[in-house]
Amino acid sequence: MSAPLSGGPVIPDFGEPSSCVANDSTFCADWFTGHWSNLFWPALVEHLELTLIAVAIGFVLAVAAAVLAHFQGWLAAPVSGVASFLYTVPPLALFQLLVPVTGFSVLTVEIALVSYTLYLLFTTILTGLREVPEDAVRAARGMGLTRRQILFKVELRLAVPSLIAGLRVATVMTIGVVAIAAYVVDQGLGSLILKALQSPFNTQFIGAGALAVALALAADAVLVLAGRLLTPWARTRRA
Amino acid sequence: MGTFLDSFSFMADRLPLLLEKTGQHVWMCAVVIAVSLAVAVPAGLWLGHLHKGEFLTTSISNIGRALPNLAVIAIGLGIFGLTFTNIAIALLITAIPPILSQAYLAVDQVDPDLVRSARGMGLTPAQVLFKVELPLALPLLFSGIRIAVVYVISSATLATVAGGGGLGDIVLGQATYGLQGVIAAALWVAALALLADGGLALLQRALVPKGLRAARS
Repeated sequence: MSAPLSGGPVIPDFGEPSSCVANDSTFCADWFTGHWSNLFWPALVEHLELTLIAVAIGFVLAVAAAVLAHFQGWLAAPVSGVASFLYTVPPLALFQLLVPVTGFSVLTVEIALVSYTLYLLFTTILTGLREVPEDAVRAARGMGLTRRQILFKVELRLAVPSLIAGLRVATVMTIGVVAIAAYVVDQGLGSLILKALQSPFNTQFIGAGALAVALALAADAVLVLAGRLLTPWARTRRA
Repeated sequence: MGTFLDSFSFMADRLPLLLEKTGQHVWMCAVVIAVSLAVAVPAGLWLGHLHKGEFLTTSISNIGRALPNLAVIAIGLGIFGLTFTNIAIALLITAIPPILSQAYLAVDQVDPDLVRSARGMGLTPAQVLFKVELPLALPLLFSGIRIAVVYVISSATLATVAGGGGLGDIVLGQATYGLQGVIAAALWVAALALLADGGLALLQRALVPKGLRAARS
């Protein structure tokens, strides 16, 4: 293992370990709460940061690429071809491939993460733009909107449900891949999992794993809510 | 770039090793995919046939998608330890949701007029499912299976974390195999995923009825 897993093996507890910790029971709530502030919370925050950076960059790139492909139809096939190839490379392998180029750095991780988000975001956003009702675009043109105004005031807004759908998939997937990124940078919940692998300790496996799952479910729920707030018309139409 | 070229000589020099690991990898994926097909396809088709359980299938696919692989393996390590059960469960959670939700959608969205006319011609419910709905559902069903297979092949590299073998052993074994080995194994996994996807695309073309293909083009 060449990844810099600094800090060496995690020693479950200094001082007097509780019997639960000493026996390495399945889950020790006392150890989990005791190490919440120095172990789990910082890892959770790092995990969220790595995810947000990747999704934000991926989103901007994907929107730009999708808008271009929307205007110039021939661009869609090559862009989605490249993106879907990147998507089939296993995360573990992509990280390893980038290390010789960009080193064991956050940059390596973010390049890989962004390239994973691209495929999902690009395809959903482009589908969203293409599914905007023709009537709405014609009506906007009839009202004298320029092409740019139509894009920003009509098409992108009507594509919001697709944007949110793409963001949901991309975000939960990124949270999962960030866990694997711990092989490259010593950050996030994945690094707790890897350290627990070096000196097997069940509470740390389960604590970090459960937090990653909870983070993914919470992020998904937040995006669903954001989608509802951003598309008030969808609710009134349904009612 | 030199390392990249070295990876090809690694493939030539260590072919037996690569083939052995590929064998483990494929076997692991095949078991998981066989189980998920056996579970998810009948369940999805049947629920779709009844037009019931949309909430169930969409929630399963949403939750399944949201569960990070490594986290599931980690939780499994705490509960089951270093066993194949652990890896199998993590991979099943990856594979079942897309197959189930696509199988459901595939049958659910078959044109109701076709189903009604089939019923009018006196077909039994089972005949409606197998002779009308299933052939029409094949393209979408296959898209779900293809997503699942690509996911599983690429996620199976993580099995090495729980001692499961496969190509992940080389991808994560830079200390032993060197960077060229890592790159070689990584390319191998990507190629495996693309091959499986291509193979399924061919199978899909062979299975989808001719009439449907003509209608589509």
